[in-house]
Amino acid sequence: MTAPVPAPTEAPGKTPTPAPVPAAVPRRGPGRPPGARARRTRVSAALTAATVLAALLVPAAFPLDQQAVDLAAKLRPPSWEHPFGTDELGRDLLLRCVHGLRVSLLVGVVAALVATVVGIAVGGLAGALGGRTDRLVMRIVDVFASVPHLLLGIFVVAMFRPGIWPVIASVGLTHWLSTARIVRAETHSLRNRPYVDAAISGGSSRWRVAVRHLLPGVLPQAGLAAVLMVPHAIWHESALSFLGLGIPAHQASLGTMAEAARGSLLAGAWWPTLWPGLFIVVPTLAIAGLAGAWRERINPRVRSELTL
Amino acid sequence: MPEPTSKATSETTPEPTPEPIPGPTHEPAPGAALELRGVSAGYDRRAPVLHGASLTVDDGEAVGLLGPSGCGKSTLARVAALLHRPWAGTVRLAGRTAHGFRHRAPRELRTTVGVVFQQPRLAADPRLTLADLIAEPLRATGRRAEIPGRLPALAASAGLGGDLLARRPHEVSDGQLQRACLARALVLRPRLLVCDEMTAMLDASTTAALVAAVEEYRREHGAALLAVGHDRVLLERWCDRTVDFEALPPR
Repeated sequence: MTAPVPAPTEAPGKTPTPAPVPAAVPRRGPGRPPGARARRTRVSAALTAATVLAALLVPAAFPLDQQAVDLAAKLRPPSWEHPFGTDELGRDLLLRCVHGLRVSLLVGVVAALVATVVGIAVGGLAGALGGRTDRLVMRIVDVFASVPHLLLGIFVVAMFRPGIWPVIASVGLTHWLSTARIVRAETHSLRNRPYVDAAISGGSSRWRVAVRHLLPGVLPQAGLAAVLMVPHAIWHESALSFLGLGIPAHQASLGTMAEAARGSLLAGAWWPTLWPGLFIVVPTLAIAGLAGAWRERINPRVRSELTL
Repeated sequence: MPEPTSKATSETTPEPTPEPIPGPTHEPAPGAALELRGVSAGYDRRAPVLHGASLTVDDGEAVGLLGPSGCGKSTLARVAALLHRPWAGTVRLAGRTAHGFRHRAPRELRTTVGVVFQQPRLAADPRLTLADLIAEPLRATGRRAEIPGRLPALAASAGLGGDLLARRPHEVSDGQLQRACLARALVLRPRLLVCDEMTAMLDASTTAALVAAVEEYRREHGAALLAVGHDRVLLERWCDRTVDFEALPPR
């Protein structure tokens, strides 16, 4: 719709291109036209950039105390003074949302990295060695995957004092399973290529084959899995915090804010719930949109949905 | 038609019974570059590809292995290059019996065989430049220091110009890539070269150039050759003798 098919009669201005056959029909994936996809990518990129910039710059640019309590101004609706309103302790919601976003992004990115590294190590080991090791390792992965993520995550968090690092460990240690499966499958398909045979014949050790030939082939997929995991990790952190098991209540986190705002919601104050919720949903959708665009680049035949 | 510049390649001795069935009468042949005895191999136990195949390639000899597509020639070549573990039988390379295959084979035994595969696209890591591709065996065996001395001469003998060496596999043609794969197979100076349908995808002039490069290397180093293919005319001109896969004892 947005991209018209360049019919041969419509191109008199570009005469030197000898393309009389309608082979120039743009290949388009099933579903959405390419224009909508490009728009989605642009919007996602802009939102992700805005999120990251806000999280990085706002606390530095406005050194205001997000913990500052002003009971005289509690539960104020959005106004010029407090654009997002105030919560039940009179704290500025905009400031707290940005600080909460910082925590969520930190947890999301670091936990996704941890999960990806663990996943690459385990999946790569299973895929590169194959045989009995492969079967054993992947059955262990199955066992872990049979327990719900959140339950396993709660178990991990419960072992430590509350704080950011237990939450990161909880997310990282429960989310490596899918990466391990992806990496293992990719490694498996790569290790039977003749170039691996050639490397063996050329005297390469197992380690060298893995690091030089298998790992670089797996990294695009693993990187995509890592980016897709950031939204997962943010949701997981928010869920843990909402349950009171994640970030300690005094520290601003999108999950703790949503949890604290539940009471006010019944009193008719919608803003303390709305903003943290939006701050969870919008960045995760944006990051997932970017990852979807990346996936289409890697494999354009597979149409990707917004996967969360 | 390719015109290998080498010694008497036209003298072919098609032997109907190349080797006797492994038995006490078989001479040990200490100088044989490759000796396969009673090799049974395949990918599925219910449908073996090789049933006790035996084949000997003497030192410096060029043997052509002929057979139709899918008959198991390539499997035999893979066993000979220690890339596929047979279920039964012995593989001896330069008088040494192989007890392990793939990574389990000792590195110095693995590298006595150079292998050129049929499809250069699949046999080349797409991320390496041709220079890295050719030098990779030297790096893998810790002989990095030899790269500057070895690479230019080898690339020149394989017919690869300096510009090509900086390119990656997707930027060169199949023939150019196969030349690089041949150079890679020769970089460690193997005593036996296994060419598994090396020229099946190439045109006549490239075939001739590759065969000439192989023969030049063999003349210099006295290496043996096991050329696998289904082009009878080519292999009979190229090799000292040709063997029909069907005639390998016993099927």
